Amino acid sequence: MAKVTMTVNGRKVSGEVPGNRLLVEFLREDQRLTGTHVGCDTSQCGACVVHVNGKAVKSCTMMASEADGADITTIEGMAEADGTMHPIQQAFQDNHGLQCGFCTPGMVMSAAALLKDNPNPTEADVRHYLEGNICRCTGYHNIVKAILAAAGQDVSKIAAE
Amino acid sequence: MYAFDFEQPKTIAEAVAALADDEAQPLSGGQTLIPTLKQRLAMPSKLVSLTAIPEMKGVCMNGNTLCIGGATPHAVVAAEASAYPALAALASNIGDPAVRNRGTIGGSIANNDPAACYPSAALASGATIVTNSREIAADDYFQGLFQTALEEGEIVTEVRFPVPQAANYQKFVQPASRFALVGVFVAKYADGVRVAVTGASNDGVFRWTEAEAALSANFSPSALDGLSVSADGMIGDLHGTPEYRAHLIGVMTKRAVAAAS
Amino acid sequence: MPKDSGIGAASKRREDVRFLTGAGNYTDDINIYGQAYVYFLRSDVAHGKINSIDTSAAAEMPGVVRIFTGADFEGVGGLPCGWQVTDRHGQPMQEPAHPVLAQGKVRHVGDPIAAVVADSLQEARDAAEAIELDIEELPAVVNMKAALQEGAPKVHDDLTSNLCYDWGFVEDNKAAVDEAIKNAAHVTTLELVNNRLVANPMEPRVAVGDYSRANDESTLYTTSQNPHVIRLLMGAFVLGIPEHKLRVVAPDVGGGFGTKIFHYAEEAFCTFAAKKCNRPVKWTASRSEAFMSDAHGRDHVTKIELALDADNNFTAIRTETYANMGAYLSTFAPSVPTWLHGTLMAGNYRTPLIYVNVKAVFTNTVPVDAYRGAGRPEATYQLERVVDKAARELGVDPIALRRQNFISEFPYATPVAVEYDTGNYFATMDKLEEVADLAGFEARRKASEASGKLRGLGVNCYIEACGIAPSNLVGQLGARAGLYDAATVRVNATGTISVMVGAHSHGQGHETAFPQVVADMLGIDESMIEIVHGDSSKIPFGMGTYGSRSLAVCGSAMVKATEKIIKKAKKIASHLLEASEADIEVKDGKFTVAGTDKSVAWGDVTLAAYVPHNYPLEDIEPGLEETAFYDPSNFTYPSGAYCCEVELDPDTGKVTIERFAAADDFGNVVNPMIVEGQVHGGIAQGIGQALLENCVYDDEGQLLSASYMDYAMPRADDVPFYVVDHSCQTPCTHNPLGVKGCGEAGAIGSPPAVVNAVIDAIQSGGKNVLHIDMPLSPQRVWAAMQD
Repeated sequence: MAKVTMTVNGRKVSGEVPGNRLLVEFLREDQRLTGTHVGCDTSQCGACVVHVNGKAVKSCTMMASEADGADITTIEGMAEADGTMHPIQQAFQDNHGLQCGFCTPGMVMSAAALLKDNPNPTEADVRHYLEGNICRCTGYHNIVKAILAAAGQDVSKIAAE
Repeated sequence: MYAFDFEQPKTIAEAVAALADDEAQPLSGGQTLIPTLKQRLAMPSKLVSLTAIPEMKGVCMNGNTLCIGGATPHAVVAAEASAYPALAALASNIGDPAVRNRGTIGGSIANNDPAACYPSAALASGATIVTNSREIAADDYFQGLFQTALEEGEIVTEVRFPVPQAANYQKFVQPASRFALVGVFVAKYADGVRVAVTGASNDGVFRWTEAEAALSANFSPSALDGLSVSADGMIGDLHGTPEYRAHLIGVMTKRAVAAAS
Repeated sequence: MPKDSGIGAASKRREDVRFLTGAGNYTDDINIYGQAYVYFLRSDVAHGKINSIDTSAAAEMPGVVRIFTGADFEGVGGLPCGWQVTDRHGQPMQEPAHPVLAQGKVRHVGDPIAAVVADSLQEARDAAEAIELDIEELPAVVNMKAALQEGAPKVHDDLTSNLCYDWGFVEDNKAAVDEAIKNAAHVTTLELVNNRLVANPMEPRVAVGDYSRANDESTLYTTSQNPHVIRLLMGAFVLGIPEHKLRVVAPDVGGGFGTKIFHYAEEAFCTFAAKKCNRPVKWTASRSEAFMSDAHGRDHVTKIELALDADNNFTAIRTETYANMGAYLSTFAPSVPTWLHGTLMAGNYRTPLIYVNVKAVFTNTVPVDAYRGAGRPEATYQLERVVDKAARELGVDPIALRRQNFISEFPYATPVAVEYDTGNYFATMDKLEEVADLAGFEARRKASEASGKLRGLGVNCYIEACGIAPSNLVGQLGARAGLYDAATVRVNATGTISVMVGAHSHGQGHETAFPQVVADMLGIDESMIEIVHGDSSKIPFGMGTYGSRSLAVCGSAMVKATEKIIKKAKKIASHLLEASEADIEVKDGKFTVAGTDKSVAWGDVTLAAYVPHNYPLEDIEPGLEETAFYDPSNFTYPSGAYCCEVELDPDTGKVTIERFAAADDFGNVVNPMIVEGQVHGGIAQGIGQALLENCVYDDEGQLLSASYMDYAMPRADDVPFYVVDHSCQTPCTHNPLGVKGCGEAGAIGSPPAVVNAVIDAIQSGGKNVLHIDMPLSPQRVWAAMQD
């Protein structure tokens, strides 16, 4: 067991973890931050994406001990303290960018990382960036649309009926 | 996962010492190793993380050679290896963004997955694999599926790429894993052209020497007309027969040359 | 004009706030004090005889609470099958036992052999590795036709063969169909495979069993589309727990697509073990485990023949299908290739004679059951592929051939037992031609060709039957359950409303759409209405969500219950207004005496119901709560026309979806935003089936596509923006909302469009390829083009 300390959503937390503790287990089980999900065991689905020191990372494919000292943001840390949703979260709701909601936390965290690197992405940029985030419900249409909307683009003409 | 200890040394020397323990295993990003551990396909007594060693991180130029620390994530190579655009482009298409933030060049080269991208770049560039104890030419380093010249406990601390006059990497992805079904890296140097192929062969990454000879004489797609790779020894699986992979090598090589020239 | 609330409004989903902020409550988020974890030791061989299981060493391992094997389930019921099919000769299907943990034999890779309950998952897994198994591997049957050969290894030794049933439909039509095909001017024949798929909701299955000794009550938290069905099946048939002592909760569920309908061994186990161990027991599937334990979908091998007369009118259809059941009968498996498939073989066409033969086969593979569309995609795929092939053989335009044979008068009784109440297939095809810009295709093809690519256009139609019903009919067809649904509308004293519904929402947005209906009926704000679902202790009963049924069936129950509320509220209002009940109108949240300005607000009426000081107590009871059960009189029949445009790289065989358009007729639409989202998701799954997804076993029964490394899930860059239209609306004639259901359409309508488009692209390059089996992977397309 080793002691790890990290800042999660602005709060300093610490815990004793065994060497094989994954970051996602530390978040979900030790910190009870169950917004981060696990959808696969081969590091592909992206439901577990969180930000580690500002970078998108699959928390199911990083040991908790590797995050010692890191600054972590999870989906629970995206909204304002008063509950006002982050503009990306709001864009997902406005554009119906989620259905069952299971992949959604990872999608939002990946979208946030994308828009930080590339504030004005094209449709192709968004689709390429989401390579590591699988959604089974939406067919991606409204996810891509939501992210473009969150970037401030006019999405009203997309696949107009 | 089985139970194991975890250590995160700060220097190469500490890492080498930590890896001297029985059944200790290096963790260099973990994007392949951690899924393997979840399946209980490996049973290390200890994982030694190489990602907190400053001397193993970063991208720099030394003369005409691009040097990349072994623990440098793909995303950093993609952003900083502008002196070698084909290599930066390759790095920017490995896995997905989250994987690129963790996965490292040293981890990829050490694992030598037959469908990984980096081995083709290293082999086509005639790169030098630098370890804690020696320098190994790429031609000597890659020794078949998941096989390398690395000794037990030896770690890749840096990879040095001579920057070519022109180069390009073409990856045809396996639709599920998005690893290379076939990837071809073509690099043109003053003394000739090198072509390395990943994803295709049962023997792992390899050089297509016939193509190299033809392209060294005439660096254009048409130089490859009439050349083909035998399907013997190519991988056959759900996603491609040996014949299909052999065919794709020709197509991807032509496209790489066209894009590079 | 788009409305901003009520029926027809694109109301934003209220459930999104919790999902977007990490506040959802999925089953794996539930942790109960003192819970233990279970790890299932699963078979790594496809077929084997269990000689012995020695758990003695494992039981001594740290943290182990108890180890269970098949022996612990002697005398406990097996997993029941909910549908009995009767074969061509009037005999019931062969129905093997399905033990919770394997007894005597293992029959597929993943079949659970033992279950270790321990303090932690790691300890459970460590102990599972210490179990000593002696399993004698037996030859496996994987290929369906081989499984039916004389002398093939038998999956179930106590059955006469691997044939579950040989079903003929309509058997009395067979001779006439054979005759019509013999005498046809043209017969187009197509042999095809409908590839095995894995549903892959992003949330893997989870079960948490809990037992209270204090009141002898069991609770199961589970990832289910229909908690009441699980309570009934597990309580009555497996564990013998009476309903009043068994609560089943399906909280937020991360997608289902059919695969979370069924009753699974793991949930029965957790409920059973929680009582035996007197501790909560939790199981969370890994994705790898999901691949070998979730029921799979599709897996049909079919030969279809379409007969046409000299004027290209369809005269007969004959199909023969081998349908894979896997190693056991999953809950509704027998119904999928029969009543959900054979009855749809008329499609959108006036074909007077149809005969469908289905042989359902046991193999040493994971059980196969309903997956989005369930039987209807299989019917649509073969029909729309054979029609396309016929058009090519006859040299006629595929759209024109379809139009020529469209059903044009409704109601229309098909020769396969169902009666379409309404539809307009010309309208959806007209709309498709417009929104897909078919007129611009040739120019787009030229542009593709200029860049060395081939371009193809594929069109198809579909019809589906949703809201499977009525119960007395499906009972005759072999269903062992009713197919109604229920809703309770509970009006609170201040006028807010809780609606307890039997449908379960796991992505469909019921919490938003259902209130839109009630709000419209009462003229009150949607925000005053809350939907409660997913908990058997809170809801009277319910058959759950599948088959695009929720709004058509459960929504109708909700309407009926709300009508009862209105009726009673009018009585109260008439008392308060001192007017005749017949003169009371409900509008804009008020009860008004018709033709006057006398009114009483909704909230005053509801308050009177609960504070009945001024109340007709002699005539009616206090309170305002009503329940309705609704059993539909027919299926609903959504239909539509789909169009796919692909670009094909002839050097690699890679297909790119360039454009995709859908024109659907769902009848009336409550929330167009949600409806469009459903179609988008269905299309992506259909594109996945057509181009990417394939569940593959080798000859020994090993699962080759056992993770996302080999099972290709559609990603964002595999699909384009879709154009979807639902403006063609022929309302359902027999339910109060006039709705038809939209959940499965996309997955039903899209695979043939994609394949038709790829064949068109290849043909445009001069290669006479007429068919490629799905998925049309680059390797398959390239190989087909080499011949």
